[in-house]
Amino acid sequence: MTSATHLSPRLTSTTAARVLRQLRHDHRTIAMLLVLPSLLLGLLHLLWKELPSIPGRPDTFDRVGLTMLGIFPFVVMFLVTSIAMLRERTSGTLERLLTTPLSRLDLLLGYGLAFGLAAALQAVVTVTVATTLYDLDVAGPVWLVVLIAVLDAVLGVALGLLASAFARSEFQAVQFMPVIVLPQFFLCGLLVPREQMAGWLEAVSDVLPLTYAVEALQEVGRSVAATGTMWTDVGVVAGAALLALALAAATLRRRTD
Amino acid sequence: MDAVTVTDLVVDRGRRRVLPGLTFAVPAGQVTGLLGPSGSGKSTLMRAIVGVQRVRSGTVTVLGRPAGSPALRDRVGYVTQAPSVYADLTVRENARYFAALYGKGHREADAALTDVGLGGAAGQLVGDLSGGQRGRASLACALVGEPEVLVLDEPTVGLDPVLRVELWDRFHALARAGTAQLVSSHVMDEAARCDRLLLLRDGALLADTTPAQLRADGRSQDLEEAFLTVVRAREAVAS
Repeated sequence: MTSATHLSPRLTSTTAARVLRQLRHDHRTIAMLLVLPSLLLGLLHLLWKELPSIPGRPDTFDRVGLTMLGIFPFVVMFLVTSIAMLRERTSGTLERLLTTPLSRLDLLLGYGLAFGLAAALQAVVTVTVATTLYDLDVAGPVWLVVLIAVLDAVLGVALGLLASAFARSEFQAVQFMPVIVLPQFFLCGLLVPREQMAGWLEAVSDVLPLTYAVEALQEVGRSVAATGTMWTDVGVVAGAALLALALAAATLRRRTD
Repeated sequence: MDAVTVTDLVVDRGRRRVLPGLTFAVPAGQVTGLLGPSGSGKSTLMRAIVGVQRVRSGTVTVLGRPAGSPALRDRVGYVTQAPSVYADLTVRENARYFAALYGKGHREADAALTDVGLGGAAGQLVGDLSGGQRGRASLACALVGEPEVLVLDEPTVGLDPVLRVELWDRFHALARAGTAQLVSSHVMDEAARCDRLLLLRDGALLADTTPAQLRADGRSQDLEEAFLTVVRAREAVAS
């Protein structure tokens, strides 16, 4: 059991490099990872472009578009990771890896690192396109938006790894997406401000990590300098991602029936 | 010296008892054949030896430690029946990844590919290979760790006869170097190439023998026939 926590930075980075190599052979996936969020954001931009803005209130696209910069990487990386992990399981490579010196946490961190790097690239592209082509207004520094987007992606990876431990088939894995992602999206404060929700719904949204990711982005959108609330939110998201990774390592069984 | 000792091993899969209590040993420096029909429990037994099978009771000791111990993981190589390599990586990338997990370098990875006759296909994606080539790629990824115990689940299925002979030569060379090997097969013509034989049927060990002994016991030069004679004799005693 101790081997779940025996960390080897060398094996973690070797595994991350392997996952990135697999990605590199799949050109269409790379293209989609890099371009798709920008295209979808462009659609939102066109949707609200002609609507008059209400004086004194932030532009709808500024508000929604900024939030989407955090939600896209979360959703995409959740899906990509659940499928990747399920493939490890069905191809027998997972069972094989469990007989090698690679610890379970090394494997999961390797995935987190690889997809985190992919997400960083994705975030740089999307944020650049959003702030230049779509005139997305962000009061705070843009690099903080990238940082939060990458953290959201890592959270997606971690939850995807955790969910994949419970998926026995591709059909189940795909359906974990609406189960894990949609409630967090509904309750994160984008559709209805959190303070206007029913008390119990707000309480539920208090324990959902995406809530903090969205709040952090809203803080960056409003304030020129990084706020304390934003850093607290960033800490909560990072903590939730680490917790999910640890749980994923604990639920990944070396011995199975 | 025994590399693997199995004592009173009981394994259930779901509600079915797959192994009802097995006891045997696998010596170092020899090729031990695990023979039996499909469904006889060969793969389950091999999974127990590499430490990924949930075990009901009994002990499996590998190189003096409980099967699956962290200290064993770079000393035991395992090749599953279905090739377990990454289809979206090249043969070389697969070999180098597993080499790195075992603390080996590119040189060992290339050598393992040459050993299984895949040196020429190293740059190809595994997904583009034939079934037999994939199996060899999977084998190379275990050989690359230079393990002291090698557990191979039907490694020669679908290979052409020339390659099969070459691989068996390879297994015997490894055995001479001290590696303990447990090789499963469901075809008896592979049995002749093993130093020792474990005959498994319905999870029970019918015989722990050598090819020569089996021929003598079954009074036939043909191992398949000898095996049948032994099985029938057993069943006659039992009933």
